[in-house]
Formats: sequence, structure tokens, C-alpha cells
Amino acid sequence: MPVRTVEEPVKSRLLSALEDQDTTVMIDDALENTMVLNMGPQHPATHGVLRVLVKLDGETVVAAVPELGYLHRGYEKIAENSSYHEFIPHTDRLDYLSPLSNNVGYVLAVEKLIGVEVPRRAQFIRVMCCEMARIASHLVAGGALAMDVGALTVLLWAFREREKLMDIYDVLCGARFTTSYTRIGGLQQDWTTQCTSMLTRFLDEFDNNVAEVETLLLANRIFIDRCENVGYLSRAEVIGLGLTGPLLRAAGVPRDLRRDNPYLVYSELDFEVITATESDVLARFYVRLAEMKESARILRQCLDKLPQGPINAQEAKRVLPKKERIYTKMEELIHDFMLINLGIDPPVGEVYQGIESSKGEFGIFIVSDGTGQPWRMKIRSPSAMNLQALPKMLKGGMISDIVAVIGSIDPVMGEADK
Amino acid sequence: MGLASLQQDGFLTTRLDDVINWARKNSLWPMPMGISCCAIEMMATASPRFDISRFGSEVMLFTPRQCDVMIVAGTVTYKMAKVVRKIYDQMPDPKWVISMGACASSGGMFRSYSVVQGIDQFMPVDVYIAGCPPRPENLLNGLIQLQKKVEQDRTIGNLLNRERIFIPENPQQERVPT
Amino acid sequence: MSMNERILEKLRSSFPESIESENMFRNDLTAQIRKSDILRVCRFLCDDAELAFDMIIDLVGTDMYRPSARFEIVYNLYSLKNKCYARLKVAVDENEAAVDSVTSVWEGADWHEREAYDMIGVKFTGHPDHRRMYMPEEFEYHPLRKDFPLMGVPDSIPLPRK
Repeated sequence: MPVRTVEEPVKSRLLSALEDQDTTVMIDDALENTMVLNMGPQHPATHGVLRVLVKLDGETVVAAVPELGYLHRGYEKIAENSSYHEFIPHTDRLDYLSPLSNNVGYVLAVEKLIGVEVPRRAQFIRVMCCEMARIASHLVAGGALAMDVGALTVLLWAFREREKLMDIYDVLCGARFTTSYTRIGGLQQDWTTQCTSMLTRFLDEFDNNVAEVETLLLANRIFIDRCENVGYLSRAEVIGLGLTGPLLRAAGVPRDLRRDNPYLVYSELDFEVITATESDVLARFYVRLAEMKESARILRQCLDKLPQGPINAQEAKRVLPKKERIYTKMEELIHDFMLINLGIDPPVGEVYQGIESSKGEFGIFIVSDGTGQPWRMKIRSPSAMNLQALPKMLKGGMISDIVAVIGSIDPVMGEADK
Repeated sequence: MGLASLQQDGFLTTRLDDVINWARKNSLWPMPMGISCCAIEMMATASPRFDISRFGSEVMLFTPRQCDVMIVAGTVTYKMAKVVRKIYDQMPDPKWVISMGACASSGGMFRSYSVVQGIDQFMPVDVYIAGCPPRPENLLNGLIQLQKKVEQDRTIGNLLNRERIFIPENPQQERVPT
Repeated sequence: MSMNERILEKLRSSFPESIESENMFRNDLTAQIRKSDILRVCRFLCDDAELAFDMIIDLVGTDMYRPSARFEIVYNLYSLKNKCYARLKVAVDENEAAVDSVTSVWEGADWHEREAYDMIGVKFTGHPDHRRMYMPEEFEYHPLRKDFPLMGVPDSIPLPRK
């Protein structure tokens, strides 16, 4: 049997058949062309409907362009056409992983506009809502990053913890997901002892569960290899791009609105601002994990310090009265009628109030013209502005880094697209 | 014997239909078109507490070519409608659509310039689930309703052009629309 | 309070003729700047060693629906060193709806300006990537103008056929 030499390629019948007919394609240099890949709006790993157009040279990313707008629901136009109270359910759907913190942020902006100060008990409860929402959101963020990188278990554990939090929301707010809990001037209903016992039980189990996640992921060679040195941004770039939240803190900038421009009762609580210096995907994951533990600490302090007292401010003409008084007393009936139909009576002016939500700085900018409906309401969404960093972070990386980087930015498209 | 057996079509075709429908309804693999907040509730339905896989929807695949039912969860905007329709067209028959939530069914609380007021303006829908977002038990109820609808399918009956006559148990019971 | 006054003092000394008005509402400082000087004022605020407004938080386009100077662009700035906010406003006329882009000062203003262009219709000269942000490229209207109806113009974006 003749020995086949290397110079003679084997010609299969299929190849000969292809070459017989005019189906040959001449490419001068196979690596000369770059390919544009569309990570379309429907994709398991893009955290919602984010479209990323990626220009590839082989497997290396040369350029990337994110495209938003597939969930643009017209919030700001809706806000111009509804009263301040009517907009509260809409704020739930913004950052839908932590709806309570959006409620708190919006109501703080409106209360700054009309100059109403809520009682201390309501402030403590609002802080607890924000921190529970932060834990819920960071659970999904860490779980989704782990799932995208390949560790499916963590996502299911994260959802198991979230279910416990949602049971607390159920008892506190009446709804498990879109809560619409805060009202202008206070809250919808009071914090009960059942909530306290449920939250204490959750916090007792929480530290163990976070430790389990840590042992599963932070010592895992595969996870670390996929996340280390991926998506690096320098400190100057991060500040120039206006990024906020864990992305900023993982680059070494200790900016946390709860510490720098305190709102509610954060100035009385003791917590640390977590920073890291490597500014890559692993550092951001670590920052989020540590922030969850700090949030648990804040929740314990709030439970200890929760004062007794009313939960709604005593401004009759701004705050919705209680339902049983509306049905029986005359003044409350009139106030309720005026508030629902004509809205609260704000002064003419502009305010901005930002809070530290789990994604970054969530801010509401209201331009008021004196009527019950805002003239202009701008929602400063942290996810949209954090996504600006995506092209810079992807450049020079591989395709498989795209999902890791998007997971580290943790965008929520309901907020990014408004 | 009697009227009932005269009105039934062939024993074999109905039994085949029953087997096929039983197999299909207990293994409806969903294609999660998770767009916004309802997607999180859909993920919670797949989570260990509510566990959609005990109803047969074991795999939530993101490729339309291998799925039976498309769960449109979230607000569909005009810009996204083209994409949803494209993915729907890529699904092989038989396919069903569950419209989950108020936004997908009718535009929901977003009555604005960029939201399609209901996906049935450009797609056929089998089951509508109300809620904003619907609780996971509600989604499971919708899946069960879809399973009841799949039971009424007449694949072999259609093939052989035979009418499948629905005999109600009591006169007030309505025919389940196919 | 004193930080706001310090900012005003510095602005007044460096750009005496650019500031058209200023006000303090609920402890927030807002200064209205003449349109032609906005780039210089922003660069001054960013580069100044004492004020150091190195982060841009927000850029809002508003349709005030006035006969003159119909649009307003609001810049929300933050200083990491002094931990305070400041707001600048620019009034833009409808007929010359163009403002200098501040992307050369803060890179993060990129998408904010694209959004303002998309929603209000004000162009930003010198912007590196001037296209719409949320609405599709073929969309002809600017949604947040007051004369655009809430339910939109029918068939402005086509739906697929059933």
C-alpha cells in the first residue's frame, strides 16, 4: 500500500464535487475580514433586552456598540401626565430587582420639593427597605454573574434567599414584588412584629448562606480565571465616565452617597464603605458580596434602634389621610378629594435627590411648575450610565468575556431604558 | 351502545390523539421571552420554591427551534415587536403563546407612545395571564390552562379529516375553544 | 451652604458676564449660564483645583414651552473632593437648537447628550457619536416635546403583520 505523503492532501468526494461546480469562494487572507456579531436583544445572558453589536477579529473583540431602547416605555412622558402620587407604582418597575429602593428614592425627591419631613420611625423603616432591596438585588447580580460564567447553583441559591425576602415584603407591603410601599409623607402601612421576627430569622440564616457562596466561588479556579483581569478600567476613566455604585468603588474611589451626602438616618448608622483596587470583574463581585454583609449589619442596627411613633407626617394638606377617617370625617374627605384630583401643592422650582441604590446613584430630577403634575421629571438611571463603560471594557477581550463584563456591570434594562 | 358511541369518531384516532396530547401537554418546553419585570417572576417560577419543572417544563431553552410554548413576559415596545415576531416565526409547529402579565396582554399600566397595547396585535395568543407581575402560582395556573387547551387538540383527527365531537358532561359546560 | 457660596464666588470672579441668573432652592445651587460660554465654564469647574467637579451626574433636556428660549439643558455636576452638587442651566432657542458638547470635559456626558437629542431634539456640536439613544433611528419625532402626544403618532414605528 503506497504511503501517502504530507504534500498530497486527501481529496474527498464531497470536496471534488464542490470544486467541480462553481461554488469556490476565493478569500485572499482568511484573517483579513472582521466579523460583526449581533448579541441580539433576545439573549440569555444580556440581563434583559440589551443589544450589543460586537466587531470580532477571530475571537478577539475589536469594538463593541451597545444599543438600548428595546424597553423604552416612556416613563418621563407618563410622569408629565400623572400626578405625583400616581407615579409611585411606576417607580417600582424601574429597577425591578429592588423595587423598594426606587420607591424610597422617588418619594424622597418629592418630599424635598414640598419640604416635608417624615417622622423618625418612617425613616428607619425606609432605611430597612432600602437595605433589604440592596440585598435582593445583589443576590441576583452575583447569581446571574455566576450563572453566565457557568456556576448554575449559585443562582438557585440566590433565588431561594430572595424568596425569604419576598415573604417579608408580602407581609409588610401586601405584594411580593412590585411593592409601591412608600407614600409622599410616609408609608402605606406600619412595620409589625411579624416582620421583625421574619427579618431576624432571615438575618440569622443569611451569614451562613453568604459563607456557603463564598466557599463555592471565591476559591474556585475556574471562576477566578474567568473573572480576574477581565474588564479593567482605570480610576481616571471611571471618574470621567461618571460611573457610580460598585463599579466606582471597585476602582478604589470610596464614594457612597449614604456616607457622603447622607439622607434618611444613615448618619446615625455604623457601616463601612467597601472598596477594592483591582477594578475588574472579580473585584466588583467581591464588592457586591461584601456590601450584602454590610447591609445585613445595617438591618440589625435598624431593628435594634427602631423607635415607636407615627409613620406619616402630620401635614394634612400634603399627606393622604387614613382610609377609615376618609369614610367618617369631613376634613379628611375633602383633603383626600383635593389630593387625588388636584395633586399636592408644590412650589415652583427644581430639585434633585439621589440615593445610593444597588446599581449606583439613582436620582430623580423634578421641575415643578406649581401644579399637581410635574412639568419634567428626569430619572437618572445608574444602569444606563454604567453601560457607557461597556465598549471600553470589552476592547481587546474575548467573546466569552462579554457575558462576564455585562454581569459585572449588572444593568437592569427597565431602569436603563426608562 | 347508543348515541354516544355513534357520535364518537374512530376509537384508534381518538386514542392516538389522546396519547399525543398527553405527551405534548406534559412536556411543554417554554421559550422564555423575558423582557422586563415579569421575567423575574418567571425566573422565580423556575426557582426551587415554585418549581415549574414538575409540570414538565424542565428546560427553559433560549433557542426557539427546540421549544413548544413562548412565554412573553414583559412590556413589548414597538422596537422590540419585530424581534418577538421573528423569534415566534422561528419556532416549529405546534407552538403556543402565553402572554404573561398585564403589559404583554394589553399594554398594562404603560399607555404611552412606545408600548404596543397588547401582543395580540401582531401575534396569536393562546393564554392570557393577568397580574402585574402575576405571582408564580398564577403563571403555573396559566400553564395548566394551556395544558387543558392542548388536551383538546385533534392532530390525528385533522389528519384524517374527522371531526372530533366534544360531548359535554352537563349541558351548561362550554366547549373549550381550540 | 458655604460651599455653594464659594462656588458662586469663584464663578462670578472668573466669568462675570456669563452668569445670567442664579438661585438657591432647598440648598441646591443652580446657575444659568449663557449658551456660548458653557464649554469654558464646564472646563473651568472641572479643572479648578479647589472646586474639582470631576463627575457629571446628569444632563437633562427640558422643553419649557416658552416663546423664546424654548429648551433648557441642565447639567448636574458632582465634586468628589468637596462632596457637593452643582447645577448649571443653559437656555436654548428653538431656531438655533444647538449647544456645545461637553464630552471633551467629561466622557460620561456622551450618552446623556444622545438621550437629550433623542428626547428633545437639541443638537450637540462636537459630539463623537451623534445618534438617537432610545427610539429607533428612523423615528422622526422627539417624544418629550410638549407638542408630541402621549399616545404617539399612529404608525410612526411599523408593527409586524399578524
